[in-house]
Amino acid sequence: MFRKLTLSAAVALGLSATVVSAAGDAHVEDFDFSFEGPFGSYDQMQLQRGLQIYTEVCAACHGLKYVAIRNLADEGGPALPEDQVRAYAARIEVVDAATGEFRPAIPADKFPTSALAEAPDLSLMAKARAGFHGPYGTGLSQLINGMGGAEYIASLMAGYEEAPECSPADFPGSYNVAFANGGFPEQCKDAEGHHTVPGSWIAMPQPLFGDDVEFADGHDADLHHETQDVAAFLMWAAEPKLDARKEAGFLGVLFLILLSVLLYQTNKRLWAPHKAAAKKSA
Amino acid sequence: MSGIPHDHYEPKSGGAKWLESRLPVLSLIYNTLVIPTPKNLNWMWIWGVVLTFTLVLQIITGVVLVMHYTPQVDLAFASVEHIMRDVNAGHMIRYVHANGASLFFVAVYFHIFRGLYYGSYKAPREVTWIIGMLIYILMMATGFLGYVLPWGQMSFHGTAVITGLFGAIPFIGESIQTWLLGASAVGQPALNRFFSLHYLLPFLIAGLVVVHIWAFHSTGNNNPTGVEVRRTSKEEAEKDTLPFWPYFVIKDLFALAVILVVFAAVVGFMPNYLGHPDNYTPANPLATPSHIVPEWYFLPFYAILRAFTADVWAVQFANWISFGIIDAKFFGVLAMFGAIIVIALAPWLDTSTVRSGRYRPMFKWWFALLAIDFIVLMWAGAMPAEPPYSIIALTGATYWFAYFLVILPLLGVIERPTARPATIEEDFNAHYGKSTDTSAE
Repeated sequence: MFRKLTLSAAVALGLSATVVSAAGDAHVEDFDFSFEGPFGSYDQMQLQRGLQIYTEVCAACHGLKYVAIRNLADEGGPALPEDQVRAYAARIEVVDAATGEFRPAIPADKFPTSALAEAPDLSLMAKARAGFHGPYGTGLSQLINGMGGAEYIASLMAGYEEAPECSPADFPGSYNVAFANGGFPEQCKDAEGHHTVPGSWIAMPQPLFGDDVEFADGHDADLHHETQDVAAFLMWAAEPKLDARKEAGFLGVLFLILLSVLLYQTNKRLWAPHKAAAKKSA
Repeated sequence: MSGIPHDHYEPKSGGAKWLESRLPVLSLIYNTLVIPTPKNLNWMWIWGVVLTFTLVLQIITGVVLVMHYTPQVDLAFASVEHIMRDVNAGHMIRYVHANGASLFFVAVYFHIFRGLYYGSYKAPREVTWIIGMLIYILMMATGFLGYVLPWGQMSFHGTAVITGLFGAIPFIGESIQTWLLGASAVGQPALNRFFSLHYLLPFLIAGLVVVHIWAFHSTGNNNPTGVEVRRTSKEEAEKDTLPFWPYFVIKDLFALAVILVVFAAVVGFMPNYLGHPDNYTPANPLATPSHIVPEWYFLPFYAILRAFTADVWAVQFANWISFGIIDAKFFGVLAMFGAIIVIALAPWLDTSTVRSGRYRPMFKWWFALLAIDFIVLMWAGAMPAEPPYSIIALTGATYWFAYFLVILPLLGVIERPTARPATIEEDFNAHYGKSTDTSAE
């Protein structure tokens, strides 16, 4: 309880870091994910917690069709032991491509597609929803704060609120302050058609309430943690090679800086006699 | 090959003589490498080498990507994900290729604006300029075609918008659009032919690059003074120039390495920053994204395309005088292509006899305004087509045309240029002589 109180206090104080939006826009909060910045990498434990939330909650409706189950064992990912990956796969039923019959999945299979036709596949959601671009479309919030799709997903999961009073009781969907593209009742617009409340109405009912799962390691499963854990997992699902990429980028930058220094010195030596001659003749 | 007198290749070994008498390829390589180059070239003359490198980079990464890509509407998106997840280093190769396109356009815009400022387009380098503009147009076509291949939401709906531009041509537009797409709508035939052309055009670009280099090796490089290299004797020419190898090769490679530091950082740490997130959603003809925005390098011309709406008097006048054949949409298309054509016509629109902007006191300011205008248009192109952005875009588009069609012709008449150095040697000595340059040890 005490922890929750401090948390909400922290959230309240952290409001300055929120991307403040006028009414009609949507709230996306800036979280400090472990994978942000040039040196950031995935938190393996967080990915495993996110996987659990995905498996126990999201997977009921959503799919992850571009992600292979074997990737759960990858370094720079959840890095589950091989036997756990096999056991995880065996609990999933897939249709065999050759026989057309149901069988337990093996690690080489992909995750199932969405169980519910209107639930979008989540494989790339964290990259496809990185589109809020900061003030005046400059992409500054993305560039400076490293805000991306993971922030959006976490904000969306935590963005369910009591519908505002202006809305009719039977308006379809659930009110969410982080969702920009949903339905919006006429009653909540002012005379010029501007929205008077942030966010919009989303078809997906609130999926996470806090303590939806029980983590084996006893980690806190309140809403604030759950939303970030599942967002981190979906970020990994969308960009599984992030750690390797940053490592390659880092090596590339280091090597090229070294090369630049060597070429600079070479160039200086090469031109020196001609510049000295110019000095003499001037 | 070059009009500037210089040493020529003499084969010495038996093997070299044998080859040289059958195919003079050794002297071609030699003459290309040692070509006398004005020694006062500044850091804006490095972009050619950057562009050549980027073209090779794009072709190599592109050829590898094709090995794993499937140009089929139901499989294209998944095959790109296959590259990103399962192909060895596939995610790096694709990110290098995608961001390589941006590097290509950054370099080409610096290269073009360098030419515009230092008057590189002026006689006798008009052919170099025209070929350069052809390369630029092919680059834009290639960039657009490549963006279609991942078959995401932006690929699909961007294709519909861009081919729709051709649909705006009166009478024959719809037929042209259908012919381009191979169908009445964007689908499998479009993806197939775009894939084919995306593979073909870079090799046409490579061919034109050879002609581009041939052309300016025939005239000699321009330089920051715009003053020609002295050519009456080899001794005089050598006072103005240094051979391309090693002086400019090493200089350009140094600049390339510095630029690649930034490139590696972008690819490694923010590879999706310049892309559009919507393209990570598979193409869906039934759901149109709320904002269809082209890649950043098209934005200035996209802004010009959208700037001319039906309430602009020029559009209304064109509509009236053409008996309604030219509507706002077609006018916008004409303006967009016209904005590129006026760049190509710069050699004939600029009446000044002075080449370099360095000695043109009035031109300098108009040119600076053009560079700012380009950035403003780029920004306006990314904004929704509504006030105040539409007014900014219209102002920017108007200045773009005014610069080329009014200011360039007039300045040559009214401007009094400042004194130019007599020779490149004088400029070089003045630059490195007066400063207590610590780099000259």
